[in-house]
Amino acid sequence: MPRTSDAAASNEQPARLKARTFSCMGTVISLTIPAGKVPAPASSNGLGPGGHPADDELAAAAAVVERTFRDLDQTFSLYRQDSEASALARGELTLREASAVTRALFAEALEWRLRTEGAFTPERADGVLDLSGIVKGHAIREAGTSLRALGLSDWCLNAGGDVLVSGSPGPGGGDPWHAGIVDPADRGSLLAGCDLGQGRRWRAALATSGSAERGDHIWSASAAAPDFVQVSVLADDIVTADVLATAIYAGGVPMLNRATDGWDVEVLAVRAGGRLLATPGFRAEAA
Amino acid sequence: MKARGAVSAALASAGILLAGWQAGTQVPGVNATTITTTAAGSAGAGAGTTGSSSGAASGSSSGGTGSSAGGTGSTGSSATGSTGSSGTGATGSSGTGSSGTSGSESAASGTYTGTAVSTRFGAVQVQVTVSAGKITDITALSLTDTDRKSIQISNRAAPLLRTEVLAAQSASVKIISGATVTSNAYLTSLQAALDAANL
Repeated sequence: MPRTSDAAASNEQPARLKARTFSCMGTVISLTIPAGKVPAPASSNGLGPGGHPADDELAAAAAVVERTFRDLDQTFSLYRQDSEASALARGELTLREASAVTRALFAEALEWRLRTEGAFTPERADGVLDLSGIVKGHAIREAGTSLRALGLSDWCLNAGGDVLVSGSPGPGGGDPWHAGIVDPADRGSLLAGCDLGQGRRWRAALATSGSAERGDHIWSASAAAPDFVQVSVLADDIVTADVLATAIYAGGVPMLNRATDGWDVEVLAVRAGGRLLATPGFRAEAA
Repeated sequence: MKARGAVSAALASAGILLAGWQAGTQVPGVNATTITTTAAGSAGAGAGTTGSSSGAASGSSSGGTGSSAGGTGSTGSSATGSTGSSGTGATGSSGTGSSGTSGSESAASGTYTGTAVSTRFGAVQVQVTVSAGKITDITALSLTDTDRKSIQISNRAAPLLRTEVLAAQSASVKIISGATVTSNAYLTSLQAALDAANL
């Protein structure tokens, strides 16, 4: 029957995706979801009539993500004079008087400083409290929680190179999201790939730290030249991936070893000379 | 001090691993061929590398361990007819006989897989890639994860070549990860191209 072969052919088709982008926190955030997919049973619980177009779904989802990012940016941006973070930096506000979200994030950042033995720290070299190392990861995490609360199961969120995915890009639901990692020596080409997804086979979060794009926004603990020019970390959650990528970039090889010893993560690090260090998950034969 | 500690730790680990290796695989009377010796040396190096507490990720210190631990233990398919894994019968003391036997097949190349050896870290199996007589890569193939320690060993970041990382099939890549792009740099980024294609 011809219909059967049609169905088989459509399964073979590459996934069609729809994306929305907005600019916040000094970078661009992209939200991508599968286009024109058959509404999953999970998304029909009060979201409206079945078969709602992906465009509406995407617009609503992007609005939620953008609000999450803008709220956090309003609180934590050191570029905004009227932000709570700026008031803290000027000493007009103490942490005791700060908002609950600031105190919670500060506590989380301090815990990361302890666990990374100082490689990650929420303080700038001049002593000013700077939570921006964890704010973006936190924003991605919060946005992801909101997307799930909306009933969306398949999406990919990329905030300036830090990625969190849910579900699958394909109609079948079994495929991972294929991610590419930029080559720090040539921003227009890819150094490596990896698959993102959920469950036992894949990790959901991928974060990359480096100096190539934003200058030296990461403060290295030592005065020596950094061991790495770029560090990518795969983890189950985006804050762990983001913080550890930053910590390894700042802390060099010792921190890389602590990270692979102490956390269930995969790491791909590019040394200053261009050579690679990677955990087995990034090896081709591991696939 | 730190380097010395790392090396001694690596040597101790290598000794332990090699002892297990000997016990598990020694077959008396097998003549070690040149190529087997090469593989054996590399296997010893592999054990030392996986056992070391801090030297694994830096190529230099593991290389040093490798040469000192070479010549004992054994694995690998030999090219000269003695099949499969075979013990060389060298005593377990580390530091004996480096692998640099300049034999007829000194330009040995290939990938050698050791037998799984039971150690206090769990079962360890090492795969060694030899190119022109030199070890170019060592991979821990199988490790039990009955306890946390063995997972730590298997998850160490190791040097590898760009051709060995998972390739990014550009046609199917949906997302790009990189150092944070500025709003301006985004316009010329690969992610922007992907987003534009999906807008």
